[in-house]
Amino acid sequence: MGDLKEFNVDGTIYITELTKKFENRKPWVRPNPKHINSFIPGTIVEIFVKEGQDVKEGETIMILEAMKMKNQIKMPFDGKIAKIFVTEGIMVPNRLLMVEIE
Amino acid sequence: MSLKRNILDLRKRKEKVLQGGGEKAIQKQVAMGKLTARERVTSILDEDSFHEYDMFVEHEARDFGMEKKQLHGDGVIIGTGTIYGEPVCIFAQDFTVAGGSLGLMHARKITKIMDHALKMRVPLIGINDSGGARIQEGVNSLAGYGEIFFRNTLASGVIPQLSIILGPCAGGAVYSPALTDFVFVVENISKMFITGPEVIKTVLGEEISMEELGGAKVHSEITGNAHFYALSEYECFEQIKKLLTFIPWNNTKKAKAFPPKPPKPEYKIEEIVPSDPTQPYDIRHVIKSVVDDSDFFESMENFARNIVIGFGRMNGETVGFVANQPLVLAGVLDCDSSDKAARFIRYCNAFNIPLVTFEDMPGYLPGVEQEHMGVIRHGAKILYAYSEATVPKITVIVRKAYGGGYIAMNSRHMKADFMFAWPNAEIAVMGPDGAANIIFKKEILAAEDPEAMRKEKVAEYREKFANPYVAAAKGYIDTVIEPQETRSMLLHSIEVSSNKVDSRPAKKHGIPPF
Repeated sequence: MGDLKEFNVDGTIYITELTKKFENRKPWVRPNPKHINSFIPGTIVEIFVKEGQDVKEGETIMILEAMKMKNQIKMPFDGKIAKIFVTEGIMVPNRLLMVEIE
Repeated sequence: MSLKRNILDLRKRKEKVLQGGGEKAIQKQVAMGKLTARERVTSILDEDSFHEYDMFVEHEARDFGMEKKQLHGDGVIIGTGTIYGEPVCIFAQDFTVAGGSLGLMHARKITKIMDHALKMRVPLIGINDSGGARIQEGVNSLAGYGEIFFRNTLASGVIPQLSIILGPCAGGAVYSPALTDFVFVVENISKMFITGPEVIKTVLGEEISMEELGGAKVHSEITGNAHFYALSEYECFEQIKKLLTFIPWNNTKKAKAFPPKPPKPEYKIEEIVPSDPTQPYDIRHVIKSVVDDSDFFESMENFARNIVIGFGRMNGETVGFVANQPLVLAGVLDCDSSDKAARFIRYCNAFNIPLVTFEDMPGYLPGVEQEHMGVIRHGAKILYAYSEATVPKITVIVRKAYGGGYIAMNSRHMKADFMFAWPNAEIAVMGPDGAANIIFKKEILAAEDPEAMRKEKVAEYREKFANPYVAAAKGYIDTVIEPQETRSMLLHSIEVSSNKVDSRPAKKHGIPPF
């Protein structure tokens, strides 16, 4: 037997091996509506807003180019840009925090 | 020309083709640690049994300078031969000829031998070692792949289809193996992916090696695309031959019977399973304690290890085993293990192999990830596969059978033919801890010492429900047996099921949740 650990199923603790897949699973976190994350790895080609700027819902904040597509990243609701974490020309991985709204 | 000269000419022509891509290309192949396509074919088949066809096929490409190139056999070898004296059809892509690239005639050779295999109702063995589509042949090359995939689908469930990945197998090419019954991979040699590392790096900026992306280990441990993993090509060929001893040549036949042998005495069935339902053990030892010669041939050994599938023999006849593995994740069902088991159950049903299920599972794997990955849809595959199966179906509950898992694992309600349980079996809607917490919530909260009350109520529930007799009282379990009676009960139930007639409503096909 390999590395035995405690493992809870429906309130009972079992002694068992865990799989790499199970141990490496991503814990779920509630998405923060004020965070705009990249939804695909790609390149930031253009940013249209500045920190502190008031932006209306639906306005394009930046362009994220991926798989030869220029994706418009839009403002999800009326608000003020608190912080921008990316700059034009950089490559971003998936699920990277790009913009925070106040 | 005299006949003798004609014969000499034929021999010369054959000799030329047998050189494949030439000495240099062969040296390169050997340097990569790979056998040549012809060596592979002759190593798998019985000695001197291989007969090759379409040796003189030539491509018709006329663009990009292809008209000046002669590609021997167009980069693939096809033919017939025998394994343990039984006929098979085989093709092997020859990487030394234009990188084994698939052009129209290359594909036509493969589809010719596939048609032959299906018509003759014999297994098809495909050896994949190809750089992919032959770009110079454009859409003809795509057409070739499509013709192969279509035939893989037609042959599915009629003849066994085995895919051996002995080199790159990338892009669309991967879908032929994916449509076949068993995929074999070899460490450092097999590479399978839809988009390669270079494209991934360019468009996504993610850097990964071919081995890390789609090597043998990845497909046998993470993706579940491969069924058998070997360290060398020769080990792989032994696995292929061993598998073929367990399966029938087509869906109208039964697997070949072998002389019966008793299990090995070192597997003592009464000493394997701890009575405490939270303690682990290796369920494969239970299988080995009931099968002939303790010879259990496991499939997908390293993928979703919380369920075990594979073949063994009982009284010389092939049986398919599905078993929860308490050693890994306590034997829970999840997305991957449901996929793994469901496909195997359908394979056994299609090829007339009786199914024996060993059950010891606490329920489904809890977690957001599982729910969001669709454990509902994936878990449903097991229910579908067992319900659909009309081969003899026998279940032995060796310890826990809780909740939805009890239903899914070939219960009476899925129309199991025989349901056996060991005396320590716990058949209940959930484990005693969880159940007591719900049923006696008020009492536990109101008690002066809630923990002591909880323990008392857990014990009460265990005493009353965590046993096989509640289910046996309803006839959901046919009989409670002693562990050492297991093999004889299985032998008997398989014997009395040998003329089983069972049918399902006529339909074009069902809509399984895949």
